[in-house]
Amino acid sequence: MKDLEKILEELQSKIVNVSSMNELNDLRVEYLGKKGSISMLSSKIAELPVEEKKTFGAELNKVKMTANELIDSKKNEIETKELNEKLANEKIDISLPSTKVTVGAPNILEKVIEDLEELLMSMGYDVVEGPEVEKDLYNFELLNLPKGHPARDAQDTFYITDETILLRSQTSPVQIRTMLANEEKTPIRIICPGKTYRRDDDDATHSHQFTQMEGLLVDKNISLANLKGTFDIIAKRLFGEDRETRFRPSFYPFTEPSVELDISCFNCGGKGCNICKGTGWITVGGAGMVHYNVLKNCGYDPEVWTGFAFGFGIERLTMLKYGITDCRTFYTNDLRCANIYDRKDVE
Amino acid sequence: MAISMNWVKDYVDLEGVDLKDLANKITKAGVNVEGIISNKIDNLVIGYVEECEMHPDSDHLHVCKVNLGDKVTQIVCGAPNVRKGLKVIVACPGAVLPGDFEIKKSTIRGVESNGMICALYELGLEEKTDETYSKGIEELNDDAIVGEDPIKYLGLDDTIYNLDLNPNRNIDCTNHIGFAYEVASVLGKKVTMPDVSTNPIKDSIKGKFTVEVDTENCTLYNAKLVKDVVIKESPDFIKQRLVAAGMRPINNVVDISNYVMLEYGQPLHFFDKDKLGDKIVVRMAHENEKTITLDGKERTLNEKDVVITDGEKTVCIAGVMGGANTEVDNNTKNILIEAAIFNPFNIRYTSIGLDLRSEASLRYERGLNYEYTSLALERACHLLEKYADGKVLSDTITVDNVKKVVKEATVTLDDVNNLLGMELTTKDMENSLNNLGFSYEKTGNSYLVTIPNRRLDVEANSADLVEEIGRLYGYDNIESKLPIGPTKPGKYVGNVAFRKLVSKRLRSLGLNETRTYTLISEEENKLFDYNRGNLIKLPNPMSSDKVIIRQSILPSLLKVVDYNKARNVKDICIYEIANVYYNEMDEDTKIAIAMRGNYLVNNWSGVKVKVDFYLLKGIVENILDYLGFKNRYSFVVNEINSMHPGMSAEILLDREPIGFLGRVHPNVKKDDIFVAEFSLNKLTSKNVKPIKHKEPSKYPEINKDLAFVVKKEVTVGELMTQIKKSGGRLLTDIDVFDVYVGENVKEDEKSIAFSLTFADPTRTLNDEEVMQVFNKIINDVETKMNAKLRG
Repeated sequence: MKDLEKILEELQSKIVNVSSMNELNDLRVEYLGKKGSISMLSSKIAELPVEEKKTFGAELNKVKMTANELIDSKKNEIETKELNEKLANEKIDISLPSTKVTVGAPNILEKVIEDLEELLMSMGYDVVEGPEVEKDLYNFELLNLPKGHPARDAQDTFYITDETILLRSQTSPVQIRTMLANEEKTPIRIICPGKTYRRDDDDATHSHQFTQMEGLLVDKNISLANLKGTFDIIAKRLFGEDRETRFRPSFYPFTEPSVELDISCFNCGGKGCNICKGTGWITVGGAGMVHYNVLKNCGYDPEVWTGFAFGFGIERLTMLKYGITDCRTFYTNDLRCANIYDRKDVE
Repeated sequence: MAISMNWVKDYVDLEGVDLKDLANKITKAGVNVEGIISNKIDNLVIGYVEECEMHPDSDHLHVCKVNLGDKVTQIVCGAPNVRKGLKVIVACPGAVLPGDFEIKKSTIRGVESNGMICALYELGLEEKTDETYSKGIEELNDDAIVGEDPIKYLGLDDTIYNLDLNPNRNIDCTNHIGFAYEVASVLGKKVTMPDVSTNPIKDSIKGKFTVEVDTENCTLYNAKLVKDVVIKESPDFIKQRLVAAGMRPINNVVDISNYVMLEYGQPLHFFDKDKLGDKIVVRMAHENEKTITLDGKERTLNEKDVVITDGEKTVCIAGVMGGANTEVDNNTKNILIEAAIFNPFNIRYTSIGLDLRSEASLRYERGLNYEYTSLALERACHLLEKYADGKVLSDTITVDNVKKVVKEATVTLDDVNNLLGMELTTKDMENSLNNLGFSYEKTGNSYLVTIPNRRLDVEANSADLVEEIGRLYGYDNIESKLPIGPTKPGKYVGNVAFRKLVSKRLRSLGLNETRTYTLISEEENKLFDYNRGNLIKLPNPMSSDKVIIRQSILPSLLKVVDYNKARNVKDICIYEIANVYYNEMDEDTKIAIAMRGNYLVNNWSGVKVKVDFYLLKGIVENILDYLGFKNRYSFVVNEINSMHPGMSAEILLDREPIGFLGRVHPNVKKDDIFVAEFSLNKLTSKNVKPIKHKEPSKYPEINKDLAFVVKKEVTVGELMTQIKKSGGRLLTDIDVFDVYVGENVKEDEKSIAFSLTFADPTRTLNDEEVMQVFNKIINDVETKMNAKLRG
């Protein structure tokens, strides 16, 4: 019995100093291996008197179990220690730069166009695009701008052939095409975004190529108040819920009455600042009730049908919305700016 | 357009009206007052030069003691005409002169100076010319009161409105009477017309002069004769008003002609009667007819130009410029005045054609009110009598072919409220009409409105009247209402939705969207000449870099690459989808891609996916697969303009070419740029099968690798086609895992290693049947492709 206790004590004192799996294995062999000191004791059972055999056997089993427990627990201890060492060795510097995972950015004009498209499609407007190489007939004549009309001066146009084919100076011809193509002469709700061209020298606020989006609604009993309601929604979507809107009388050959579309200044809220030139209001587009001659030209009886049309310069809206001061920015495509626009807008 | 409010006061009572407030009201009603200029300058007083000594240290400066009423101050003055006993304009310290020039106390060559004695041009009251400069400081008359405001004393305390006019209102608001009517409408006041009375002499123009009009492009020609005029300087008020309106005073006769034009909008032409003769014939010019205009230049005319002649030679290009041969000069005594209306289209044609657009020609081409034509003529006579000592001959010669239609239209309150969506009352509507000065007859609910001729822009239609009534009543009162009526969800029409899908897909693949110009140069147009149609070239381009409507987007993308490279952006992945044009109206939409540098990079960790042919090919395949074209496209070698002959390919879809991809030819760009361009319209026109689920095999796959040695010119594509064919149904996947040239392979050969996957969706394959297929593949490839299995 004394031997048993002694062996266990010995093992306990030895195991404290064990620090590796190999040492632990050696220790296991020394005590629990076939020729280990504990295993050797079991051969002693045979030499014992019968009455002691039983108690010795029980004691021996207990010692074996304790020894196994001691070794197993040391094993766990070592494994944990080794894993911790391994993990400590694997530690990385999380402050190093990431591998840049990117998707491409949209062109900022396209972003504003799609924002408006989403809004107006939800209000029942179809998005229709038309050709950029256009007929004078659609770009001017049917829009109540006959040849030689002085109002054509405002749109210095790129002609391709003598006065018949041109690069469109506005997206309005898409309205004409849509009204003409609608043979049943049913109500129309469309918006027409697209590229337009005028003979302007490129500078901070002019571009020979620019982008417009026009809208047209033709139905029965349509009034300027309906235009105002529609414009309100557009203005709030683009420039914030607290925007107020205002109409100023204006002139376009294809609308009667015609108005300028003003919004309360989003920068100063109407007090007057350099963005609104001290007036508290910013003009963002033009609009009006579709001119009776235009309706007539497109086969809609102006006694029955009325409608409104509105138009925005997308560059201007974008410049206002994102604080861009030079419209050439849209066409240089400086990729250092791309990531600015590859994110969601603030609601 | 600059409007002098002092002038407007002649026609509308503005007593007690705040001119800033008025400008706001007018702007709100639709005539945009863009700016208000007041001549008032603070700290400007009339001074009296009590003493004037030479500056001790200068040969031209004077040191003056100037009495300003409340004090006497010392001022150094450099003007040659400064002298003792003069009344002058003094800008005291604190005065801010035009150009933001603030007067401060200063020391000039050691002598203290407390202000500046001014010339009119320094105050912005006269144009700065050699003449006004040499005049020196302004010498005021003796009746000027020391200490008072000199601008008021000179009658120059005007307020000028700068109008930004829409094309409809630049007919009536480019003259002071017309603008006075607008002011009157807004204020609800009446307009008093100017005095046109004359005391004609007994002599009549009739019998002395004849006018013949031989063209329908002159609808009205009025002529009057004024004798014995004396050419001299205009009275101050005429000069001041012309300057205010932006015109330079010349002499009384020329000034009167301009003054009347700015008053009525009717341009006049004064001929020197003695140079002209007794006759005027208005006709169309002959082709190539030549004449010398009063600027001394010879002009060549054609059959669309209207000319005034003396029966033989041209004396004036109608509405555009007078002839040198009948010009009024300092010796002119007798004047024939022309007040006429010409066809606006002809005047527009002529003035644009000769590049001679003037205040007069612009007014002719916008249209004129015939009622003012004769009034303007009488007014000119009145002024010539008064300010040029002229004697007006009685009677007027008139050739009048004007179709005088009374412009009438009916409008009802419902018309107004239905179109505006407002709730005006009968009284509101009548108020507006009265203020506009539009007379009407009321029958029941409907108003028959007569539109005055001065409003050429208002057509005889109810909508035009609604606009006039609405703008005066004010749009601020419109309540927002959304349109009602059946609504369906909006949709993208045509290929727009498809284009947007492709665009979004390209962005998700890491390419940035660009937007470049449609117009490119002839040089750029020579690049990437692939499947072109007829070119559209602008006949009158603005500059050589914008001449051609592009048929390829790639030249523009290369420019974007250069722009960014120059700004140290090395990794560039961009695309653009845009319309291109063939012939006149033939349109295609193209997808263009350009890439260089690294597609994915992390410099410190060594992760680097370089842009190369195969990456771009992967992007093109991804797009085509996404659109549902899997297994319907292929890439074939074909020579393409501007592309590297060994690193580019044509893209075929259903065996039809749709575009190309590859590396840009080093002759075009030295660095590795990879581009692709293909037609979007060719993709949208194809049918695609709907998405259908396919269950992955439940049974194990068997993988086998092998390598073939083939001649270098054999393509991997050809090998794969053969392997697929021989592998049949059980060969489910094939991949290339090595391409080797070098040791152990002959110089003209290469080794290609394939990994093959075999499976059957319905059962587990056994080794034996796989080996059968595997051996067939080896056998077929060896015999048919002249390949050797690599041991």
